[in-house]
Amino acid sequence: MNIKEEVRNFLSRFVGDKTFEDSDNIFENGLANSLFAMQLVIFIENNFGVTMQNEDLELENFKDVNSIVALIQSKLN
Amino acid sequence: MNEIGIKTIGIIGAGVMGSGVAQRFAKYGYDVILIDISQDILEKSINSVNRNLMIDNMMNKEKTDVKKVLSRITTNVDYQALKDADVVIENIPEVIDIKKEVYIKLDEFCKESCCFLVNTSCISITEIASNTHRADKIIGVHFMNPVPMQKFSEVIKGFYTSEETIQRIQQFLISAEIDCTVINDSPGFVSNRLSHIFMNEAANLVLEGVAEPEQVDKIFTEGFHHKMGPLHTADLIGLDTVVNSLKILYDSYQDPKYRCSPLLKKMVDAGLLGRKTGKGFFKY
Repeated sequence: MNIKEEVRNFLSRFVGDKTFEDSDNIFENGLANSLFAMQLVIFIENNFGVTMQNEDLELENFKDVNSIVALIQSKLN
Repeated sequence: MNEIGIKTIGIIGAGVMGSGVAQRFAKYGYDVILIDISQDILEKSINSVNRNLMIDNMMNKEKTDVKKVLSRITTNVDYQALKDADVVIENIPEVIDIKKEVYIKLDEFCKESCCFLVNTSCISITEIASNTHRADKIIGVHFMNPVPMQKFSEVIKGFYTSEETIQRIQQFLISAEIDCTVINDSPGFVSNRLSHIFMNEAANLVLEGVAEPEQVDKIFTEGFHHKMGPLHTADLIGLDTVVNSLKILYDSYQDPKYRCSPLLKKMVDAGLLGRKTGKGFFKY
């Protein structure tokens, strides 16, 4: 499974039966709370072995699948 | 110092709950002394508070001054650091013998006027208080996880808890925007006597192959309109804590309805503790 598929799998557990595109803003899709954001950050760190720094914790980096994948890739490189 | 005479708070236990309590009260201007058994645990706790505050800032329009909040939290491994604490909030695991030892030490090191808040979801406040010489100043406060986000707690009056202590602690909680309801002491109180029946039986349903974890929770979220199903709740609390609480309920009431599900025990033995280890009934 590639990074995008793993991220989509994780998110799909939270959005239920709703469909979402890679560019859809997930925080406008009913997921706009801190608890979800914490789970998302923990998932990224545990699953991809990367560490988020304070400066990474910007909404822009997590707003949609494409942004999350880009953030993970930048951390892996 | 505010009108209820509380400025400095001691917090025992820097795990998920203790860190959350520290974050909450430091955010509302209190000086916090966080105590645990090792510097390593304390360092992890401070890192998690920092992380959670940063995530909060990311998600909320209203921004918190992270450095300022962190500067209000000091850490220590020595109970003597609590000599000036006005209130101590204890958050160690739900194991009665460990808690008793802690209260004997607190009673020795803390000033006479200091109130002790037992952050427990099931242990009798009256029993805890019997290990101190200040039973009137001991009160149960069942903070809900995640503490920094919750606006409600279950407050438990022990047999000897004074009316003055109840009122003081109610005002203290309100000062951090935590509402509460005060109930009488009984192991498990209202919350756990009900919730642990749900969580335990949900685990048994999974064990028996009646339903998958997703299905069990869906019936609660979609059918009963609960915000979270019992298995997600168990994962959030931590399955080790759930097992410990069930043991206390079982021991207290000697009633088989609280007998722990073998699946819960097995998952704890396998290190599948829920959100805090990344895997429980669900993967995180």
